[in-house]
Amino acid sequence: MSTGIGPGPAGTATGPAPRPAPVLSVRDLSVRFLMPAGRRVAAVTGARFDVLPGECLALIGESGCGKSVLASALLGLLPGNAQTAGSAFLGGLDLLTAGERTLARTVRGRLIGLVPQSPAAHLTPVRTVRSQLEETVAALTATRGRAALRTAAEAAAERAAFPATHLDRYPHELSGGLAQRAATALALVGDAPLLLADEPTTGLDRDLVDRTVDELRRHVDDPGGTEGAGRALLMITHDLAAAERIADRVAVMYAGRIVELADATAFFGTPGPRHPYSRGLLEALPDRAFRPVPGMPPKLGDLPDGCAFAPRCARATDLCTGQAPPSGEVACHHPHVPEDVRA
Amino acid sequence: MLELRSITAGYTRNAPVVRDVSLTLAPGASVGLLGPSGCGKSTLARVAALLHRPEAGSVLLDGEPVRRWRHSAPRDQRTAFGVVFQQARLSADPRLPLTGLIAEPLRATGRAREIPGRIAELAPAVGLTPDLLTRRPHEVSDGQLQRACLARALVLRPRVLVCDEMTAMLDASTAAALVAAVEDYRAATGAALLAVGHDRTLLRRWCDRTVHWDELT
Ligand code: SF4
Repeated sequence: MSTGIGPGPAGTATGPAPRPAPVLSVRDLSVRFLMPAGRRVAAVTGARFDVLPGECLALIGESGCGKSVLASALLGLLPGNAQTAGSAFLGGLDLLTAGERTLARTVRGRLIGLVPQSPAAHLTPVRTVRSQLEETVAALTATRGRAALRTAAEAAAERAAFPATHLDRYPHELSGGLAQRAATALALVGDAPLLLADEPTTGLDRDLVDRTVDELRRHVDDPGGTEGAGRALLMITHDLAAAERIADRVAVMYAGRIVELADATAFFGTPGPRHPYSRGLLEALPDRAFRPVPGMPPKLGDLPDGCAFAPRCARATDLCTGQAPPSGEVACHHPHVPEDVRA
Repeated sequence: MLELRSITAGYTRNAPVVRDVSLTLAPGASVGLLGPSGCGKSTLARVAALLHRPEAGSVLLDGEPVRRWRHSAPRDQRTAFGVVFQQARLSADPRLPLTGLIAEPLRATGRAREIPGRIAELAPAVGLTPDLLTRRPHEVSDGQLQRACLARALVLRPRVLVCDEMTAMLDASTAAALVAAVEDYRAATGAALLAVGHDRTLLRRWCDRTVHWDELT
C-alpha cells in the first residue's frame, strides 16, 4: 500500500538513502476529556511522531501519563466525552476523523493489529484458540470454506510460534506465554501494516518478556505481506528493559506530552537521554542508581503554565515555570547536552 | 524471627504447588525469593503471612508455632505481618477513598482513634499528597494506588513485611520510590522483609540475601 507522499521503494534512489514514507504519522495530536462542572483534562497534548516501516517506536512513561489514551485515540476507542485535535495518518486515512464504521471495518485488525495488555482477558474464555483464529481469519481475509479456514488459522498460529498441539485448548488452559502468543497470532491475521502493542509484557517474567518482545521484533523485521518494507510497531510500555531490547526509537511521555524523542541506542547508552525526566526515569532502574524521581506527576486536569516537570526538576529555573518548553526532539529549556553527559 | 519448616501447600488435594520448602527470616533481615511465575512462590508468601493454611509443615513466629490462619489467627500474630500484592486493584475496596483504604486495618482492630495520626505519618512516607487521599481507586493511577496499599500494609507497624511482586506493574521511578519507602520503614523499625518476585536485578539490589526457588525445592 502506498501513502503517495514518500519517495519510491528503498534502493532505487541514488545518493543518501531516502527516508521511507512513515506507516503512521501523528501531528499535534491532543485529547481533552470534558468532565462534569466544565473541567477539562488534558490527557494528551501536541503529540508528534512518525513510525516507519520496519521500525519499532517505544512510547514510554508512567501509568497515567497519557500513553494509553494516545493508543485509544489511534484505535478510535476513546469514550464519548473525549475531544481530539490534530491528525494521525495511517496511509491516506486520518484515524482521528474516520467514522466508527471505517474504524471497525478497515482499521482495527486490518490496518492496525492490536497486541493487547492482558491476552488472557482479550481472548474469549469459552472458545478454543482454533475457533477464535478461524473466526478472525474469516472476518479479516477473503479466505472461505472450512478446510481453507482451518489451514489459514494454523498458518496464523505458526507465524506467532503458537504450537499447533495447543490449538484446541481454551484460554485458561494456556500459560501466560502461550496466551500472549495466541493474542499475537490474532493480531497478525489481518496482516496490518501497523502493530500496536499496549503494555504487552505486563506481569510476565523477565524470560517471557524477552521472548515476547523478540517475537514482536521478528514480526517487525519480517518482510512478508507489507510489500517487503516490514511492519511498523508502536509499543506502549512502562518496562524500560523491554523497550531497550527492541526499540529503534523511544518517545518519552510525561503529563500528556512527548518530552523526548530519541534514537534508542543513544538514549539507553551514551550519551543517554537529554530531558531531565527521561534521565530520572533511567536512573530509577535497579541496575542504575535505583533512585526515584522525587515527587509525583501533576494532575492532568490541573497542569501548570510552564513545564509540567518543573516542581520535580533539579534544573528548573524561572524560565521553566513561566514558559512552556519548546516543542521539538527535547521539550526542555535546559536539556542535558552531550558535553555534560560525558563529564 | 519467622521460620517456615517443610511447608507443603496448595489449593486442591494431592496437587501441592509448594512441596517441602523451608525458609528462615531472621529479625530485621531481608530475603528476596526469586522464581518464575506459577512456581509456587506466591503461595509460600501467603503461608508466610498466615493467609493460607499449609497442608503440612509448620510456621513459627518468634518460636511460637502458628496454629490458626487468616481471620482466626490470634490478633497479635496476624498483625505482625504487613502484606503488599502485585495487583493493587484486586486488593483495594473500590468504594473507599485512599484514606479509608489505608485506615482499614486500624478500624478492623478497634484502633480508629489512631487513624488521623497514622495517616499524617504514612502519607508523606509513601509519597501520597493530601489531594490524592480523598480520591477513590478508580481516580488514581496504579502507582498511586500501590502507594496506598503499602501505607495500609504499614499502618499497624508490622514486624514482618511480605511484598509479593509489589512493583511488577509499576514504572521504574514509582518502583524505586516504593522500595525506598519500605527500606525507610525497616530502618526505623527493624522489621524483616520477604520480597517475592521474578526480577533478579531488582531483588539483588533490594535485599540482603536472594534465594532462588529452585534452591528451596
Ligand atoms: S524545562 Fe526546565 S523544569 Fe522542565 S525539564 Fe527542562 S529544565 Fe526541567
